[in-house]
Amino acid sequence: MNIWTYILKRLLLMILVLFGVACIVFFIAHVIPADPISAMLGGNAPDEVIKRVEAQLGYDQPLIIQFYNFITGAVVGDFGLSLRTNNPVMQDINNYFPATLELTIFAIIISTVVGIVLGVLSAVHRNKIIDHFSRIFSIVGVSMPVFWTGLLLLLLFYYRLGWLPAAGRLDFFTIPPDHITGMYLLDSLLTGNWEVFKDALRHILLPAFALGLLATASIARTTRSSMLDVLKQEYITTAKAKGLKKNVVINRHALRNSLIPTVTIIGLTFGSLLEGAVLTETVFSWPGLGRYITQGLLFLDYNSVMGGTLYIAFVYSIANLVVDILYAVLDPRMRT
Amino acid sequence: MSKSTAKTKTGWVQLMRPYFEDMKHTMYLWRRNKLAIVGTIIIGAFLFIAIFAPLLTPYQPDVQNLSNKLLPPSSEHPFGTDQFGRDILCRILYGSRIAIQIVLIVTVISSLIGISVGVTAGYFGGIVDEILMRITDMFLAFPRLVLAMAFAAMLGPNLANMIIAISLVNWTPYARISRAEALRVKGQPYIESIRSMGASNFRIMFSHVLPMTISPVLVQLTLRMGTIIITAAGLGFLGLGAQPPSPEWGVMVSDGRSYLIDQWWVSTFPGLAIAIVVLGFNLLGDGIRDMMDPRLRR
Repeated sequence: MNIWTYILKRLLLMILVLFGVACIVFFIAHVIPADPISAMLGGNAPDEVIKRVEAQLGYDQPLIIQFYNFITGAVVGDFGLSLRTNNPVMQDINNYFPATLELTIFAIIISTVVGIVLGVLSAVHRNKIIDHFSRIFSIVGVSMPVFWTGLLLLLLFYYRLGWLPAAGRLDFFTIPPDHITGMYLLDSLLTGNWEVFKDALRHILLPAFALGLLATASIARTTRSSMLDVLKQEYITTAKAKGLKKNVVINRHALRNSLIPTVTIIGLTFGSLLEGAVLTETVFSWPGLGRYITQGLLFLDYNSVMGGTLYIAFVYSIANLVVDILYAVLDPRMRT
Repeated sequence: MSKSTAKTKTGWVQLMRPYFEDMKHTMYLWRRNKLAIVGTIIIGAFLFIAIFAPLLTPYQPDVQNLSNKLLPPSSEHPFGTDQFGRDILCRILYGSRIAIQIVLIVTVISSLIGISVGVTAGYFGGIVDEILMRITDMFLAFPRLVLAMAFAAMLGPNLANMIIAISLVNWTPYARISRAEALRVKGQPYIESIRSMGASNFRIMFSHVLPMTISPVLVQLTLRMGTIIITAAGLGFLGLGAQPPSPEWGVMVSDGRSYLIDQWWVSTFPGLAIAIVVLGFNLLGDGIRDMMDPRLRR
């Protein structure tokens, strides 16, 4: 199949799936009985007030009309007002999402570097101490709940050692950099604002490390096993027999080929990081989208929950699509 | 008379010999896999604790004793006490009952949904397959925790609803696996011969296709048990799962957050319990997967 046909097919499929996702989100918010109005006004609000607020929010209309309004709004990114913050939900998402994206990307960078190094070392020194360490680290790493590791890191690096700050994206008195992407690290780099960059870096280290731990473990594991497979191949024996240095064999011949499954895992990891971000953001008071949704859920703020969840699903689908397309470009057999 | 019984018995032993050989081989693989043994021991201990929790501690999990609040670990309270003076070790022991309840119920519900969807899709193929798999895709389009959060919050945050919520987001991998198996099985000649004998679709699906999909799904089930515990604890931690004073481990970690600076033990030990049990399930799951791996088997 032609690569463009493949991409077009996947895009159409994604639109269909996203429509279904919107249905699920709407179903969760409207068909399942929870009462946002009384959550907002308190239990004893007089009937006429409840009626008025219902009318104001459009909750008195038939479900099918509400659904139509939701879908047509969602297509243009209009999810209505958040009941909690009183801002348009899309504006809130624009404020909160860059924080989540920044955290996730930083976590991926940390875990990719650490994971590949650990995986390669452990494959090359198979059954030595470093291998045992890295394998135990991998399996323990995937077993620890991210919110707990987050708390332990806080305990050690903030309360005991006092090296790193505990909460938020910047110190209280630091003025955020000019808004370009909304990601403070990138924005401060672009504007050459080194003070802010340093502050933002100090704040992101702990949450990104806590979040990346899980991904580090799975990346290390995958790299190790694919590296072991590659090292068994005959061309590696040939390269060694030619008298090439060990470093050259490993870095130039083996590593490149063994990275293909690792790329796959990194792509797949993005989803689990978005998931972990919800918990990490809560532990570190990181003002991201996950925390926004969690608070929306606890306040039964329908619009922000529907908007935020749909947005996360959208980003997640796009990420999966990009990974799939990358494979299809790399490996024609995947284009089915 | 006795002679003939003996004869049928040896006949039976003879018949079952390959199975015994197979089990012996499985035991051999299990004994060789040290990590799987560690996993088995952890899960064994976990089950033991869940069953005998009341006999292992002199305290009650939800009786408050404010004069004993926030005591550090000591011989009387090995893991210390929390802000209401409840013994943390005791609460962790009782919490294992909640964890096991969550794992078992979620596993049963989600595998039932997953296998039914998967086998139906794989067996009928065509438009049915297309529709069911697109529905599966829709559920896969969310990060699982986010969808579970939404279900749990809207159903009303409590233990039962959290279990429903996790089950509703956890069935997709089983659906995919059992669909793939059903696709493979339905082309086999024996299905053809059963059909030619006049068996209905329903009968073929449930008595002949479904049993063949069980074993790969079982591997996946054990591999995912750890994830279920982590998800449940995460929901509890966020306040969208079990509610205080339940000794659910995620709720306990969340309880201790406000006391982290001076009373580190309140959050640390429940989290450690989660990590150890999840580690046990992961080791066991990995071990079972390795044992089922045909490259290792023969």
